[in-house]
Formats: sequence, structure tokens, C-alpha cells
Amino acid sequence: MRLEYFQMVDRIAALDPEARLVRTECRVPDQSPVFEGHFPGYPILPGVLMIETMAQTGGWLVLATLRFAAMPFLIQAREAKMRSFVSPGQLLHGQATLVHDGSGFAVVEARLTSEGKKVAEAELRYRVVPFPNDTLRAQMLDTARRIGVAPTHFPEASGHGA
Amino acid sequence: MASTFDTVAGIIAETCDIERDTITPDSHAINDLGIDSLDFLDVAFAIDKAFGIKMPLEQWTQEVNEGKVSSDEYFVIKNLCANIDKLVAAKSA
Repeated sequence: MRLEYFQMVDRIAALDPEARLVRTECRVPDQSPVFEGHFPGYPILPGVLMIETMAQTGGWLVLATLRFAAMPFLIQAREAKMRSFVSPGQLLHGQATLVHDGSGFAVVEARLTSEGKKVAEAELRYRVVPFPNDTLRAQMLDTARRIGVAPTHFPEASGHGA
Repeated sequence: MASTFDTVAGIIAETCDIERDTITPDSHAINDLGIDSLDFLDVAFAIDKAFGIKMPLEQWTQEVNEGKVSSDEYFVIKNLCANIDKLVAAKSA
């Protein structure tokens, strides 16, 4: 994770749009300016960044489901629960399932676990819209390659559109 | 079995915190009931689930924005219900 750049997902561990499932790995950095304020002398990952980590985990699933034809933007977090503190250096496992692929929106159920224990969970909703520009789309594709999204999920591998 | 209108009105009342009695077949979801786009997505999700359909919101919105149809066609409740019935029928066919 690079918290200052909102790069929350380090690696895609599993991604199966047909099964509507994604798993990610996210290592909290040992050091970050975020921890200087949250909190002085007691660094823990802010809850909003746990939600963002779940949102990005689910977002990769939505992107892969649509073969990068449109971009999901987080619009709602429901029933969000942060069950325990997360410390620098801790490894988080993200998981999200696609609950509903609507017209222009998507709903996922997401959670984070660490050492087998549930750390956070939420139902997340996204507005799904065409990419606002080519720069963002190219950046998302670059990031997808970096974190290990399989090429079969990319648009150029698609013979059947989004 | 509840009518489409009863189901939709119930969903809107619960999702948007609107008095059920104020929702009539002639109510316009946006102009009369004041449902904003975020709440309408919640309504759409609940309707999709309740009826086992996928309302083509993107297509409807595009048609309204391009001036091809009035927003009444999709957002007056009785018309919304008629469109839901068509989608349910098409799914069953």
C-alpha cells in the first residue's frame, strides 16, 4: 500500500468475474506521513482507508467484469464496520463479491481480514460511468498490470465486449 | 400478491423515507417526490432485486437527456411500473 497515493491494493490474489469474486493483498506500510497524524505515538490505519481498501478491491472486480469499459466510482458505504485496529506492517486480505450488476451502478459486499480474523466489512455501491478521459483509463490499465490483473480480463483480450 | 405499484411505492417509501400515502400513480419520482439520483439508484437496486430484472437506467437517462422522450415516460410512477411489467414479461417470455 502507498497510502499517500491511494494505492491500496498491492496484488490481486484471485479474480473471477464469472464467480463474481475478487481477493486482494494489501500490506500496510511500516511508515507513512498518514501515521504522523493518525495518531501521534499510536499509529493505526484510518477507518476511511479501510473502506477505501475495500472499495478498491471491489472496484477491480467491477472493472474486470466490464472489461475496463467503464469506471466505478464509490458513492455509498453501508453497514461499514471497523472491527479492530490495523497497525503499520500488517497484511490485509481483501475480498469482495459482486452482489448486483445494475445499469450504471454496481453493488459489492466487501471485507478485510488479517491473520484469519475479520477486520472490516461493508456493502459498497458504485456509480459506473464511461471513463471521463483516456488518461484515467490508461492509468487504470497500467495499475491493473502492476498488481497482477490477468491479461484475460483486459479489453484487448475480449472477443465479446463489455 | 402485491401489485407492481404497491411494491414500488413501498420500496420508495422505505428507501427514501417518504410517507407512503404521498406516493400516487401520478407522482413524478423526481419532480414530485424529490428523489435525487443517489436515492434513485437505491430504489433501482431494490426494484431490480424485487422483480429479478435489470432496469436499463442508462438507456432511459440517455433518452431523456437527448430529448427523445419526456422524463414522465420513465419517472412517473405508473409509467415506471408499466416499464417494470414489460421487463418482467420479457424476462418470462
